[in-house]
Amino acid sequence: MGVSAYLDHAATTPMRREAVEAMLPFLDERFANPSGAHRMARDARRAVDDARDRFAALLGARPGEVVFTSGGTESDNLAVFGAGRAGADGPVPSAPADLTARLGTVVCSAVEHHAVLDPVLALGGRTVAVDRTGRLDLDDLDEVLWAEAARAAAGESAGVRLVSVMAANNEVGTLQPLGDVAEIVRRHAPGAVLHTDAVQAFCWADVAELCSVADLVSISAHKFGGPKGVGVLVVRDGVALSPRQLGGGQERGRRSGTQNVAGIVAAAVAAGLTVEARPAEVERVAKLRDRLLDGLVASVPGLVETGAVVGPGGPDRTGRVPGVAHVCIEGVESEALLFLLERAEVFASAASSCSSGALEASHVLAAMGVPSELRAGSLRLSLGWSTTDAEVDHALAALPPAVERLRAVGL
Amino acid sequence: MQVLVAMSGGVDSSVAAALLTEQGHEVVGVTLKLWGGDSDSGCCSVSDVDDARRVADQLGVEHLVFGFADDFAAHVVGPYVADHAAGRTPNPCIECNRHLKFDRLLVRARALGFDAVATGHHARIAPAGPAGELRVLRGVDVGKDQSYVIHMLRAEQLERVLLPIGGLTKGEVRTRAAALGLRTAGKPDSQDVCFVFRAGGGREAFLGRRIPLRPGRLVDRHGAEVGSVEAVELVTVGQRRGLGVGGDGEPRYALEVDVESATVVVGGAGDLLVDEERLASVVWADDVARATARAASGVTAQASAHGSPIAVSGLDEAADRSVVVRWSAPQRRVAPGQSVVLYAGDVVLGGGVVS
Repeated sequence: MGVSAYLDHAATTPMRREAVEAMLPFLDERFANPSGAHRMARDARRAVDDARDRFAALLGARPGEVVFTSGGTESDNLAVFGAGRAGADGPVPSAPADLTARLGTVVCSAVEHHAVLDPVLALGGRTVAVDRTGRLDLDDLDEVLWAEAARAAAGESAGVRLVSVMAANNEVGTLQPLGDVAEIVRRHAPGAVLHTDAVQAFCWADVAELCSVADLVSISAHKFGGPKGVGVLVVRDGVALSPRQLGGGQERGRRSGTQNVAGIVAAAVAAGLTVEARPAEVERVAKLRDRLLDGLVASVPGLVETGAVVGPGGPDRTGRVPGVAHVCIEGVESEALLFLLERAEVFASAASSCSSGALEASHVLAAMGVPSELRAGSLRLSLGWSTTDAEVDHALAALPPAVERLRAVGL
Repeated sequence: MQVLVAMSGGVDSSVAAALLTEQGHEVVGVTLKLWGGDSDSGCCSVSDVDDARRVADQLGVEHLVFGFADDFAAHVVGPYVADHAAGRTPNPCIECNRHLKFDRLLVRARALGFDAVATGHHARIAPAGPAGELRVLRGVDVGKDQSYVIHMLRAEQLERVLLPIGGLTKGEVRTRAAALGLRTAGKPDSQDVCFVFRAGGGREAFLGRRIPLRPGRLVDRHGAEVGSVEAVELVTVGQRRGLGVGGDGEPRYALEVDVESATVVVGGAGDLLVDEERLASVVWADDVARATARAASGVTAQASAHGSPIAVSGLDEAADRSVVVRWSAPQRRVAPGQSVVLYAGDVVLGGGVVS
C-alpha cells in the first residue's frame, strides 16, 4: 500500500474513533427529539445537556453560556449579527449607515475568516491592520477605537458595539494577543462586546483562558476530530444577543432548531480527548511542523516560510499554532502544485477555496503584505492529531520534485 | 494518452470528455473559472462548474477547477472594453482561446504531465497540409463550425490538442449525451459574450460601468449631420440597426466610427463595399500555410463566426507582419477588431484582426 499524507487538518480533521462510536446510538435507537416531553425525549435531552456540561467544563464557562450551533460559520454570524445588532427593532437589519449610527460600529482584524469578515463588512464595519507576521497591530486597534470613541463623544456614532479578533488564523496560524486586545477594548470601548473566533485555536491553545477575556467565543467540532455540522458559541452571561434564527426557542431562544444530538454528543467526546491530550500534542505536532518547515526551506530553493520570525537561535514559531505550516514558493502556481502533490498522495491546500473549487486570492496574505508574486505560490500544510512522522517524511520527499517540475516548464 | 479536457459545463465538452474516456484515454476534466465579476454568468458560473463536475463524476473522471480570472481580465475583458472605447468591435471568444485555453491551459497541462488538452469545439484536426502538416479543419456540422474562433492554433500546438466532437453534428452530440444520460444533454447552447450578463443590462450596461458612453453625431459622407446615436462606443462598422433611413428611403449603415470626435459616418449599402481589408497580428498555422495563402489559389476568407466564405484574389504582406487581403469581388467592410480567417477549402491557414 502506498504512503499518503493528509496535511489539510485546518480544512477538516478525521473524526476520532471514540467520537464516531459515541454518535452511533443517537443515529439509531436513541433518536428522539430532545425537546419532547416523554422518556425517550428526556434521554436525548440528557445527552445534549451532558455534552453542554462537558463543553462548559472544558471552556471554563457555565452550561447556560454554551450555545450549540451548526458550526463555526453559524457561531461567527450569530456573534457578529446577534451582538452587533442586538437592540435593533425587528429581525430585519436596517441599512448599515443607519444601523451604525444607532447601534455602534463593528470592528474586526483584517485577517479574519470570511465567516467574521463578511458579516462585519455587511454591517459597514471597520478592519484593523496586521503586521507582516499576521499579528494584530495593537496601535492600529488603539487608534481605531480611539477615533470611534471621539466620534461617539461628538454624538456622530453610538461608539463601538463589537470587536472581533480571531484567536488563531486559519491560513497562516498566527496567534493573536487576545489579552492585550481585551485590555485595549476595555479601556477605549468599555461598552463593546469582544468576540473571538477560536475555531483554529481549540486544538492548540487553552480556550478556557480565551473565554475568560472574551464575551463571545466560536468553536467548530470538525476541526478537532468531531463531526461536521456542530459548533459552539459561548455567550457570557449578561451579553445582549439577538437570535438570527427564530422558531421553537431551543438553546434558550438564542438558536432555534432541533439540536443535532448525535453530532453534539460526538463533539463533546472529541473536545474532551483533545483537551486531555493538548499539552503532549502541542509538543509532538510542533516538532513535526518544525521538521517539515525546516526540511522544506532546506530542500526547496525560493521557498519561504510565510511571515517568519527569526530569533537568535533560528526561526521563532512560538507565535503560531503548531498545526499550520504555511509557505510561499517563488515561480510556482498553487493550483498546479496542489495537483502534482495530489498525484503524489499529498493532500494540502493553498488559500481558501470558493464554492466552485477555484482558489481565491488570499486577503490574509495581502493584509500581511506578502508580495503578489509570492502569494501566487502559497501552500498550506496543516497537521493535527492523526499526523505521523511518516506523513511528514512523505511530504518532504514529494514537494521538491513537484516544484522542480513546475519550474522546468516555467510554472 | 493522458488528456486534460476543458469542460465548460455544456453539452459539447461533456460529450468530448465521454468520447475520450470511451477511447481509453486517461481523462481529467477541468473547468476554468475565468470571471467572478458582476456578471457571474455564462461560461463561468457556479452552476456550470457544478454541471461539469457532475458529468465528470458520472464518467468516473477527476475534475479540477483552475482560477484563471487574472489572465482573463488582462487578456480578454480589458481589451474588450478598450476596443469598444476606441470604436472597434472585438471578438472576446477568440482572445480567450488565444490566451487562456490554448496558451495558459496548454502550458499548465504540459507542466502537470498531460499529453494533450481537449476541448468541445466543433472543428477537427487532421494532417491536411501538403506534407501532412497538422491543420484545423471545419467541423462536420457546418452550421456549428467553430474553426473560426480557434484559427490561431499553430501546427506545433495541434500536436497537443484534441477536438473529439468535430466529426459529429450537434444533433449527434446531443443524441450521444442523451444516450449516456448526461445531465447536460438538453442544455441550450451558450450565447453572446459569456461575461456580459443579459439580465444585468447586457453589453451597454457592462461597458457603461467601465467607460463613458457618449452620444455621437451621424453624418453622411459629405459631412452633413443627419442624426444622432446614444453611444458612439456601441456602434459597429456595418451596423444598420438604430441608424434610420437616408433621404432616398434606403437603410443607412455605419461606414466609419470615430470615437475621438464622437462621429459616425453613415451611407448606403453600396458605400460599405471595399476591395480589401488590412489585418494585423496575423498568425499562420506554419510557414507552409502562409505560402499557400500567398499563392491565393482557391483561398477563401471568413469574416465572422458563422460568415459565408469570401473568395480571395491576393495577399500582400507588409514588413510589420500586417497583411492586406484582396477580395475577388467587392465586399462589405469588416468592422475593425473583428478577425478574418483564411481557409483552403475546409482547412484553416491562419488569420488576423482587422485594423
